[in-house]
Amino acid sequence: MRRFVLKRIGSIAITLWLLATIVFVFVNVLPGDIGRKVLGPTAQPADVAAFNARLGTDRPLIEQYVTSMRRVFTLDFGESFQTGGPVTDLVLPALGRSAKLAILAFVITIPISIAAGIYAARRQDRLADRVTVNIGLASTSVPEFVTASVLLAVFAVQLQLGKVYANVPEGTSFLGQLDYLLLPALAMVVSYFGYIARMTRAGVIGALHADYTRTATMKGMDPGQVMRRHVLRNALAPTITVISVQIGYLFGGIVGVEKVFNYPGLGTMMLNAVGKKDIPVLQASVLIVGIIYMLSTLLADLVIAYLNPRVRLEAGR
Amino acid sequence: MTADQTRTGAALEVEDLKVVYTVRGIDREVLRGVSFSVAPGEAYGLVGESGCGKSTCAFAAVRYLPRNGRIVGGHVRVGGRDVTSMSQKDLQDFRAREASMVYQDPAQALNPTLRIGAQVTESFLLLGQKKAQARASALEALRKVRIADPERVMDRYPFQLSGGMQQRVVIAMALACNPKLLVLDEPTTGLDATVEAEVLDLVRVLRQESDAAVVMIAHNLGIIRSLCDRVGVMYAGRIVEEGPSGEVFDSPRHPYTVGLLRSLPRHGAHKTESALATIPGILPQIGTPLPTCVYVDRCPLADDVCQTQVPPKVPIADRGGFALCHHSDRIPEVEAQLDAVQISVLSPSDDSPDVLELSAVSKTFHQRGHDIPALVGVDLTLAAGDTLGIVGESGSGKSTLAKTILGIEAVDDGGVVALDGSELAPATNDRSADSKRAMQMVFQNPDSALNRSWSVRRILVRSMQKLTGIGGEEANTKVEALAAHLRLTPRHLDLKPRQLSGGLKQRVAIARAFAGDPRIVVCDEPTSALDVSVQAAILNLLASLQSENKTSYVFITHDMGVVRYLADRIAVMYLGRIMEIGSTDQIFDDGPNHPYTEALLSAVPSVDGEVRTRIPLAGEVPSPANPPAGCVFHTRCHRLVAGLCDVTEPEPIELAPGHLSRCHLDAATLAQPVKPPASVSG
Repeated sequence: MRRFVLKRIGSIAITLWLLATIVFVFVNVLPGDIGRKVLGPTAQPADVAAFNARLGTDRPLIEQYVTSMRRVFTLDFGESFQTGGPVTDLVLPALGRSAKLAILAFVITIPISIAAGIYAARRQDRLADRVTVNIGLASTSVPEFVTASVLLAVFAVQLQLGKVYANVPEGTSFLGQLDYLLLPALAMVVSYFGYIARMTRAGVIGALHADYTRTATMKGMDPGQVMRRHVLRNALAPTITVISVQIGYLFGGIVGVEKVFNYPGLGTMMLNAVGKKDIPVLQASVLIVGIIYMLSTLLADLVIAYLNPRVRLEAGR
Repeated sequence: MTADQTRTGAALEVEDLKVVYTVRGIDREVLRGVSFSVAPGEAYGLVGESGCGKSTCAFAAVRYLPRNGRIVGGHVRVGGRDVTSMSQKDLQDFRAREASMVYQDPAQALNPTLRIGAQVTESFLLLGQKKAQARASALEALRKVRIADPERVMDRYPFQLSGGMQQRVVIAMALACNPKLLVLDEPTTGLDATVEAEVLDLVRVLRQESDAAVVMIAHNLGIIRSLCDRVGVMYAGRIVEEGPSGEVFDSPRHPYTVGLLRSLPRHGAHKTESALATIPGILPQIGTPLPTCVYVDRCPLADDVCQTQVPPKVPIADRGGFALCHHSDRIPEVEAQLDAVQISVLSPSDDSPDVLELSAVSKTFHQRGHDIPALVGVDLTLAAGDTLGIVGESGSGKSTLAKTILGIEAVDDGGVVALDGSELAPATNDRSADSKRAMQMVFQNPDSALNRSWSVRRILVRSMQKLTGIGGEEANTKVEALAAHLRLTPRHLDLKPRQLSGGLKQRVAIARAFAGDPRIVVCDEPTSALDVSVQAAILNLLASLQSENKTSYVFITHDMGVVRYLADRIAVMYLGRIMEIGSTDQIFDDGPNHPYTEALLSAVPSVDGEVRTRIPLAGEVPSPANPPAGCVFHTRCHRLVAGLCDVTEPEPIELAPGHLSRCHLDAATLAQPVKPPASVSG
């Protein structure tokens, strides 16, 4: 098991390096001069040149690449091109805000969608199942920003429930924060409910049809016991994988939702950084999302290994 | 035990049971009124081909039907209580305390994520035992099924146990409640012959310790005969014949039973002596209304009465039981008719030239830095028009041998695969078009061997083009001729594989192999997924194609009856080595045999009721990655000579001309009978 974890951490390091490289390449492919972009069209050419010289953006590409890689691996991303302040001061608070929203969304989504998936699986092909499946399908197929706009218009504007701006003022109480965050979180819940519920349903149906479930039933267990002891442990692996992938997405911030609710999360920050060619900020935020993404899939693999002895024992070899 | 005795105080009583499956909104009858009863301590076998309703019958007895299945009539009583009308709560209690089941495929029947201990203990917890007590009971239950080290096994997960051990665990759970009714659904299908024999030995012993009524389903009639007191033969949702199992198999009284039994290669039959009987037509689809005899469409005796009236249960005085037939007195006519059907299969002449020659063929796989020798020093020859049967348990290297011959796996350096005297390149891709064309393969599962989105015609034309270079209209004409030769109608040519039955699909797969007029066809278990009557037709077809075209077969199988029927020579493999090779007569009749062959042959339950002394094989097949020193079989051998067999690997010695055995013992020693050990050990 330890070897498995070490191997995974090694491959995470390699993936992060690739990710940093890709970001670097993309940023340099974007058209336009960085100094010009940051200082605006009215700036003097001399100022632009001085700006570029100060940041090193006039150096040969290979030199810039080495510098930027050094920064990645020392976790020192330098200063933002736009504000001149340390990147960490910008990115970490944004990450905190994204995390708050993502965690709230997941705390709501996971129990509801897993319960709905199990409920539907137990009534396979009956009306309740069809309804659940179709609600799930519909909710997944609507883009988040549409859901977010509808929620905003109906609840925040019309019914005056919840806030139009999600940005929580400093010093708001925990429950008070919910007032701000609930609507954007719900937009995310709607988007991911269907995905997780349908995955759970498929897993549970598979396990319900498995021979070991028949063995358990024929032992004389009641259906609830069969579900808890025999079905779920085997059924949830695909669900866990899906959840872990989505944690990555959600932390990265759903730009649509953040925009609609004017929420300064990581997603918005990345979008702005792209527009302004703020390479250090972009690099830092992409890498943070990458790290979260990879840690969450690692965690999922560990949970799956915990649930399935075969994976656990063979991975340990 | 007669039917009258069982009726009084039966442990299981099934009365006029009718079950439907709802398919696309329509109720389709699967069981059309099935009645039978089983006394305490009695074993009742249900046999019949797939789709006849035998599994439905067994599962209905414990009211475990698929979601679309429903009991619509009749009763099932166990110990006097009606299972069909129990409440959900009572049904759970009934399953916990009175009825148990053992299933096919024990690997799937055990929960992969729970330790054996947890799963077995659970059965006792459900009986109301406290935790510590349940654990003690579980240990005892595992001991009862002859698991030598139950403490250790309790700590393992299912995938860490062999198939035989897994099935023992399932049996231990089934016996936890000391059930009144025990249903065994194909309990040994998929297990190797020697493991199967061990499990059956165990079931036999346990039956004596319990007075459960046993219902056993098996497609292997030999197992039913060796284990069951009475047997019911099912066809299209009815029991068409019932009686004591030995008598039913020796003197069947229903035309279907006759056909079924005659389609098996029995009594040492060989292709050169007689063709296998086949049953024309196919099983009626489930749900077809049959206000007639269910077998009417396929029966040689069918007349107007059979077309219009459901036959009565005709009691059979001289042996007990009944036949559901208007004409059960005219069975000799059916037999005579089957006797009249003959195919002429020429026995290959002794001076046929060799087409295939293997010398010093080894194949070593590399995995995680280890060498795994899958084939070690295989020498053999195959003459034109001959069939070489290859038998052995799983892991013996049979399939690797086939793949190495075909070049799918490249032979290790130093080994030679030669066709018509000239050495072939190790890998298929390096071989000439002619030699590829000369060797073809037929697989066990035609579903995965045929492109499912192509029509049969396209599959065959494509093979014809690829193999022979013939194209266009000419290829089409040739394909039509080939198909006709394999008794595929033009209508079949325009269907897709999934629209064909298993037997027809296998015919297409064989036609594909024959499209390039091959010299050698490698058949890997080509009939093991088929029902016996379909198997008979395929075996007949293979025999006659061989006889006409002088094709040679390498025929891999685990079925001793089939290999004895079709093969001219037989190679017995163990851990990648040929342990014994000889003519079919030498292996089966003349003897003596290599000790491994001896054990393998003794493991096969015979449908003819022949009793062989069982030679149990101790332990499990060693890992090929780490084969035992000396003779690789010495760890399990009942003729072990200490100090010799565990030190020196024997070279093949000639027991008789053309009969080689890789054993230190000579023919005279091997011919001495061995005393089997007193008890069956795990």
